[in-house]
Amino acid sequence: MTESKFEFIQGNIACAKGAAYAGCSFFGGYPITPSTEIAEYMSGYLPRNGGKFIQMEDEIASLGSIIGAALTGAKAMTSTSGPGFSLMQELIGYACIAEVPVVIVDIMRGGPSTGLPTSPAQSDLLQAKWGTHGDHPTIALVPNSVEEMFTETVRAFNLAEYFRTPVLVLGDEIIGHMREKIRIPEPGEMEIIERTVPSSDGVCPLPYASDSGKPACLPNFGKSRFHVTGLNHDTTGFPTMDPEIVARENERILAKIYEQREIVDSYEEINCKDADILMLSVGSAARAAEEAVKTLRKKGIKAGLFRPVTLWPFPKDQFIKHAERAKYIIVPEMNMGQLKTVAERFTKRSKIVPVNLVNGEPISPEHIISVTKYLNI
Amino acid sequence: MKYEVRFSGSGGQGIILASVILGTASALYENKETVQSQAYGPEARGGASKADVVISNKPIGYPKARAIDAMVCLSQKAATKYIKTLKKGGIVIVDSDFVELPENKKYKMIKLPMSSTTLDRMGKLIALNIVSLSALVTITKVVSHEALEKAVMDSVPKGTEEFNLEALKIGRELAEKSLA
Repeated sequence: MTESKFEFIQGNIACAKGAAYAGCSFFGGYPITPSTEIAEYMSGYLPRNGGKFIQMEDEIASLGSIIGAALTGAKAMTSTSGPGFSLMQELIGYACIAEVPVVIVDIMRGGPSTGLPTSPAQSDLLQAKWGTHGDHPTIALVPNSVEEMFTETVRAFNLAEYFRTPVLVLGDEIIGHMREKIRIPEPGEMEIIERTVPSSDGVCPLPYASDSGKPACLPNFGKSRFHVTGLNHDTTGFPTMDPEIVARENERILAKIYEQREIVDSYEEINCKDADILMLSVGSAARAAEEAVKTLRKKGIKAGLFRPVTLWPFPKDQFIKHAERAKYIIVPEMNMGQLKTVAERFTKRSKIVPVNLVNGEPISPEHIISVTKYLNI
Repeated sequence: MKYEVRFSGSGGQGIILASVILGTASALYENKETVQSQAYGPEARGGASKADVVISNKPIGYPKARAIDAMVCLSQKAATKYIKTLKKGGIVIVDSDFVELPENKKYKMIKLPMSSTTLDRMGKLIALNIVSLSALVTITKVVSHEALEKAVMDSVPKGTEEFNLEALKIGRELAEKSLA
């Protein structure tokens, strides 16, 4: 491998390059720290490569613009941070029920509200899951390195196109702004999933029909008439209040993702098999947890880390397997216990030990290790 | 072996760029595991900012610097704020035109008149970050001068190459003089 394939870049730039690699051709967004570099890169890249970049008036319009772009056939994305992500919630639900593939990158910062624009936090883990109303499927990916900012953005586009659903990438200020060396893969090296398109006549009479779990193809904009609505609808796309159809369709958009876990799940297990202390952590906090695990192991303490890369849907079966035998579950996170609520839900007998920090500083390995002194290991 | 470098100063002095150049030299031209990161406030200028480079021969887990081996201080505010992050026996390089730190056995202080020398020899202060970076590399040998030069050429705007090479020379000379 030659030196030229390697780049020393920010996580946000790796995210933008991942989007370009996946074939993103439309970006609509509103700049906000600490995500702005993504929009900045796309504003240079897209116009030079046959794509479109639009700076919208706010984040509601940003998500609206990419939903529209996606319906015309584009692979579309936006990027934001907590305050903007809050504004996007309603249209996330719209994209879920209208089954429009879009990628939304949220580089998390301190909150609530404007909070700490330049400081890291993991403030939106639960907003990502429950921010929009109604029962809806959520796919959220949480990278913990510059390399994963690239690869998980590619995977976000793949999952969005495959399932016809919005996919969230949850970075944080640390992962978005730090620089690491990565190798940009050659074209063709990573799999790129393209959406199912109608047959040659362009007609797709039932845009919401599905019999195999895989959603129907999106009609070609301009070639085939297509009704898109946030109301509950039948397989033609037109509104319905028929209880049987409403129930079936609501259940279908959940099942298309939750019953195909083998496609969506991704997690990392470090020394989990014999762990007395199991850590559950994501994103940059997981980098501290990983180092804490290494240090504890050197001291002879059986520590392990379970790191969901796909946070939503939560890889519960895999987590439960390790949690069942651990004495303690330590949950380091840069919020007041969002991931902890997940650990509580899936842990019956182990004791849960939260490690929280909401002061704008990163959680350090020493912080996590200091908690273990009080455990009966 | 892990080696942690911190550039500190005031927003606008180019300390982040200095750290990115060091990181590029280390990651791309010396093939070492490297993470660069920074912390700053919402303001565009002023404040106390820091930019860190963690270099290791093993993969780096926790990406932030915690025990600084060598630090550059370009403003008094940053020096006062971050001196406690220097590890025992660490090196601190201060711009002696503006920064004063108490002598202390816990660290090795190197005072270089970087601002006045940069202004005298280059006519402007804009290259202070590159001067300080070159001084740091000369003193710590954390990367080679060749790698540093390549990384500077990668990172500076076209047309300013000669100017920045001159800044590298000034920083190196200042540091060598202090070591002699």
